[in-house]
Amino acid sequence: MSEWPLWEVFIRSQHGLAHKHVGSLHAADAEMAIKNARDVYTRRNEGISIWVARSADIHASSPGDRAALFEPANDKVYRHPTFFPMPDEVKHI
Amino acid sequence: MYAQLVETGLKEVQGVADMTAEEREFQARIDADIKIEPKDWMPDAYRRTLIRQIQQHAHSEIVGMLPEGNWITRAPSLQRKAILMAKVQDEAGHGLYLYCAAETLGVSRDQMIADLHAGKVKYSSIFNYPTLTWADIGTIGWLVDGAAIMNQIPLCRCSFGPYARAMVRVCKEESFHQRQGFDIMLTLCRGTAEQKAMAQDALNRWWWPSLMMFGPSDAASVHSAQSARWKIKLLSNDELRQRFVDQTVPQADFLGLRIPDDELAFDDATGHYTFGDIDWNEFHEVIKGHGPCNRDRMRTRVNAWEEGAWVREAAIAHAEKRAAREAKHAA
Repeated sequence: MSEWPLWEVFIRSQHGLAHKHVGSLHAADAEMAIKNARDVYTRRNEGISIWVARSADIHASSPGDRAALFEPANDKVYRHPTFFPMPDEVKHI
Repeated sequence: MYAQLVETGLKEVQGVADMTAEEREFQARIDADIKIEPKDWMPDAYRRTLIRQIQQHAHSEIVGMLPEGNWITRAPSLQRKAILMAKVQDEAGHGLYLYCAAETLGVSRDQMIADLHAGKVKYSSIFNYPTLTWADIGTIGWLVDGAAIMNQIPLCRCSFGPYARAMVRVCKEESFHQRQGFDIMLTLCRGTAEQKAMAQDALNRWWWPSLMMFGPSDAASVHSAQSARWKIKLLSNDELRQRFVDQTVPQADFLGLRIPDDELAFDDATGHYTFGDIDWNEFHEVIKGHGPCNRDRMRTRVNAWEEGAWVREAAIAHAEKRAAREAKHAA
């Protein structure tokens, strides 16, 4: 018999933050995945909203592409406001 | 511990000279405390060892529900029953966090369950002892969950991301388990003479098996040394056991219970307790399947899996039928 498919679970906590990945579980369909996620991941008021997505539907960047994807940002420090020193006399900027 | 005698499949700790470039890079990341994530390259031995370790840990959580489940219907009050149900449900949750961490390494849930049922993978020796009285439930929470916390807190810092994150969740919940156990013991010890005697009897039976949970000394073990280099074992069995004894003896004193060890003494020079020899023969017999409850535990798990098969199949059939119906409507 085939296994129930794997689902990734995302929970939004009480504090108005974005949904955050918390783990995975097996369920026959989305409805059951949400019910199971309630039991497995929110037994202590950890969340007010649940998303589930089939693990097979998630596409991820590959660790081998890390340099190509993320290194270009390293030499663009001017994207951070602290790159520009401001005179002490200048306020509210 | 919950994962005892985990083998790495290696005959000696790998030296830098024997490592490939990839392995050196991998070890450097671990030495720099950078977490390894499922899609990162990792040596096969690291992957296999972790699968074994996390899987044993998960099975222990699941089998660990059985001794306590034995008392749900007989808890002495409605509140104690509700608390025990919540604790046992947490253990199921811990098993599920751990199974999903192991699955990120490429092993399927069904495979892990098949390996448990075939006896290829063990669960902790401690769950092969029976829970004879209500005081056993208090003692399990106090000692067994206390020992588990001792092991699991360092694992929150282990090198494999999904395992470390699962341990963080588990540790947050485990403290409730230990305290509810101690609370049961406290209530019994402040009760009638019979209740206190029941608490003492439970401690007498669980003390030594609890010390065995940490496993035999692994000071000379190649597997433990390699696991330590990989940072999937953070402290030695003896270190963890010593911490456990040092922490627990004063708690027993507070309860007015006697630890069943004539050689137990506080050493002023070291600041630690010394204790008597552990019967490792008993430990190995239990691991081999000859403990008081091994056969019963396995039979219960296998029955639950087999008798639940029709539910798993029906749920899949229902989901497929509904998906097909929705696809037809959409067309």
